[in-house]
Amino acid sequence: MSLSTVSKKVESDKKTENAGKTNRTELSAGKAVVNESGIEIKTLYTAEDVKRSGVVDRSLPGEHPFTRGIHAEMYRKRPWTMRQYTGFANAADTNERFHYLIKNGQTGLNVAFDLPTQCGYDSDAPESSGEVGRVGMAVDSLRDFELAFEGIDLEQITVSLTINGSAAILIAMYLAMAEKRGYDLKGLRGTAQNDILKEFIGRGTWIFPVQPSMKLVADTVEYCAKHAPKYSPVSVCGYHIRESGANPVQEMGYAFCIAKAYIDDVLKRGLDIDEFAGRLSFNFNIFGNLFEQVAKFRAARRLWAKIVLEEYAAKNPKSGWLRMIAGGGGSGLTIQQPENNIVRGAYYALIGALSGAQTMALCCYDEAYTIPSPKAQHISLRTMQLLVEEIGLADTVDPLAGSYYVETLTNQMEQEMVKAMKEVDAQGGIVQAVAEGRIQEQVSIQAYQHQRKLESGEFHKVGVNCYVDEDEEAPDVELHPYAEKDAELQVGSLQEVRKTRDNIKVEKTLARLKVDAQSDRNVMPALIDAVKSYATVGEMTNVLIEVYGRYQEPIRF
Amino acid sequence: MTKKIKVLMAKPGLDGHDVGAKVVVQGLKASGFEVVYLGLRQTPQRIAEAAQEYNVDVIGISVLSGAHMTICSRLGELLTANGMKDKFWMVGGNIPLNDRNKLRDLGFDGVFPTGTPLDEISERIKEKLL
Repeated sequence: MSLSTVSKKVESDKKTENAGKTNRTELSAGKAVVNESGIEIKTLYTAEDVKRSGVVDRSLPGEHPFTRGIHAEMYRKRPWTMRQYTGFANAADTNERFHYLIKNGQTGLNVAFDLPTQCGYDSDAPESSGEVGRVGMAVDSLRDFELAFEGIDLEQITVSLTINGSAAILIAMYLAMAEKRGYDLKGLRGTAQNDILKEFIGRGTWIFPVQPSMKLVADTVEYCAKHAPKYSPVSVCGYHIRESGANPVQEMGYAFCIAKAYIDDVLKRGLDIDEFAGRLSFNFNIFGNLFEQVAKFRAARRLWAKIVLEEYAAKNPKSGWLRMIAGGGGSGLTIQQPENNIVRGAYYALIGALSGAQTMALCCYDEAYTIPSPKAQHISLRTMQLLVEEIGLADTVDPLAGSYYVETLTNQMEQEMVKAMKEVDAQGGIVQAVAEGRIQEQVSIQAYQHQRKLESGEFHKVGVNCYVDEDEEAPDVELHPYAEKDAELQVGSLQEVRKTRDNIKVEKTLARLKVDAQSDRNVMPALIDAVKSYATVGEMTNVLIEVYGRYQEPIRF
Repeated sequence: MTKKIKVLMAKPGLDGHDVGAKVVVQGLKASGFEVVYLGLRQTPQRIAEAAQEYNVDVIGISVLSGAHMTICSRLGELLTANGMKDKFWMVGGNIPLNDRNKLRDLGFDGVFPTGTPLDEISERIKEKLL
C-alpha cells in the first residue's frame, strides 16, 4: 500500500468509528497491521523500502538535519539527564525530597506545583480549599522558592518548572531567587514548561484568555533572550496533547504548530530567530509501539531542523536543535496489575534512550492513580541508571540507524507530521483552532474512540482486555496522604509573609505591574520587582486578570 | 417515544484532567442520553445551580486530584438543599475502595472508579431511572 492510500485510509478511519484494523496479534488471520499513527506496517523491510519512502538519510549525528541526534557523541559524552517529576506539600518537604533524589544520583529537578499555584490562587483563597499542596508544592511568594532550593547548587543541578498559566510569575520568582543567591543570570540554566497553548488542549491550568496568554509567553522569551540567555523559558509539550487523545504524529505536528506560533510572536517584537530559537525546548511522550516512537523522534528532529533553519532561515545550526525531555507517559500505564507498569516503564526508558532524548522522566508504576511513593520513584530512577550502566544504551549513538524498518518509518512519520501541520493551518492556524476549541474536540473524539477500542478488545492492553487475571480483585488505589495540617501551615506562613513584608512597596510594585500590562509593555521587569517585594502569586495574578480577563472554555460537543 | 434522560457533567475544583469526563460525555450521548457539559473549574454551587437550571435527571462529576470526598460532600448538601435528592448522582475518578461506600452514603449512587466500562455507566443510570 502506498503512503497516499494509507493516508486516505487514515482519513476514512477518522470518520468511521471502527478502523477494522488491529494493532496486534491475529496476524495469521491476514489482517493488516497499522500503527497508531495510521501507517501500515509491512512484514519485511528492505533497502528498497527506504528508498521508496523518501530520502536515504546519510547525515551524521550533530549534523544538519540532526536525524541521528543533536550532538555528535550523544550519550558517550554525557548520558541523558534523569529528571523525575517531584513536588508535594510545602517547600520544606519538597526540598527534603529533592535532596534525597540528588543523593541517589538524579541529575536534574522537575518541580511539580499544586493546583492553586498553577492556576494563580494563593493558598488561602477559597478556590484553594482542599487543594493546597495536594498534587505538588504550594508556592505563594519568593519565600517558598528560597526554601525549596536551599542547599541545591543551581549550576550543578538544572531545575525544570512544570508551570504554565502562572509561568511568567514563577519564572520571575526563579530568576529573582537565583539572583539573590548570587548566581549570574547570564549563565543560569533551567527550564520552564510555559506552554500555554497545549494547556488549553489538555491539562487545563489556564488562567487568561488565549491572546494575552500568548503575549505573556512572548514576554518571557524576549526577557530571557536578553537577560538570561541560557535559560529555556518554554518547553513545548506534545506530551499532554498525546495524553489527551492525539496520536504520535499529531503529538509532534501540533507541538510544532504551537512552537511556530510562539516564534512568530517573538519575531514580531524584532528579535532575530537566532537570539531565542536555540533556547526553545520540547517535552514529548513515550508509550505504545517502540519502533513508531523511535521513528517519531528521529523524524521530528529532522523536521524541526528544516523548519527553523530553512523556513525561518536561522543561521546558527543550534537554533534548529530539537532539544527534548521524553517522558514515559502516564496514559500507557494501567491501574490493573500495576506491577506491569514497572516493566512498561523500563521499555519506555529504552525507547527514550534509543531516541536520543536529552532528558528523561519516567512515570512511576503507581502513577496511574497517585503521586508516586518514594519506592516507586526509586525504581524509576534505577531503571534509567540500569540502561546506562548495564545494558549499554550510552555506548553508541543512534543504534537503530540503518535499520530498513526504522529508516522507512522515519521518512513516513515525517511526511505524516507535515500533513498534520497542514491540516491545522487549513483551520486558520493553531491559535485560532485552539481558541475555537477545534483541536480539543478532535483529540477528545479520538480519546473516546480509543476507549471504545479498548473496551471492544480491538486495541490490546495487557491486564486490561487481554491476559486479565480472573482472580484479580477490583484494583484499589491508595492516594498520597493529604494532610490538612500541612495546608494550614502553608496558609500560616503566607500570612506571616504578608505581615512582615514592606506592604507599601508591594502596592507600588503591583501598581506598576498593572500599568505595564495595560500599556502592553513586557511585564517581566515589573513581575520581578513585585516578586522581590514578596508579592504573592495570587496578588500578581489578580492584577493581570483585571487587565486581561479570564479564559472562558469553549465547549464543543 | 420516551423522553431522553438528561445528564449534567462537570469537572469541579482546579483539576484539569478532563479526558475521562469528555469520554463519558460522548459515551452517554452515543447511548441516547442528552448531556450538558459544563467544563473545568466548576464550583459545587455552580454545579447545583446548573442542575436546577437545566432540569437534569443525572448529575455527574469527575475528580482525579483526590479531592472527591470534600467536593462530593459539599455538592451533596447543595443538591439536597435544591430539592434534587431524588436525582441520580454520580462521581468518577481515582477513588480508593475505602471511599466508595462513603460516597454512596453521601447519596452518590453511581461511583465509577477509573477503568469503568462506558456501558456500565449508562446501564446503571437506566437501571435507576427507567
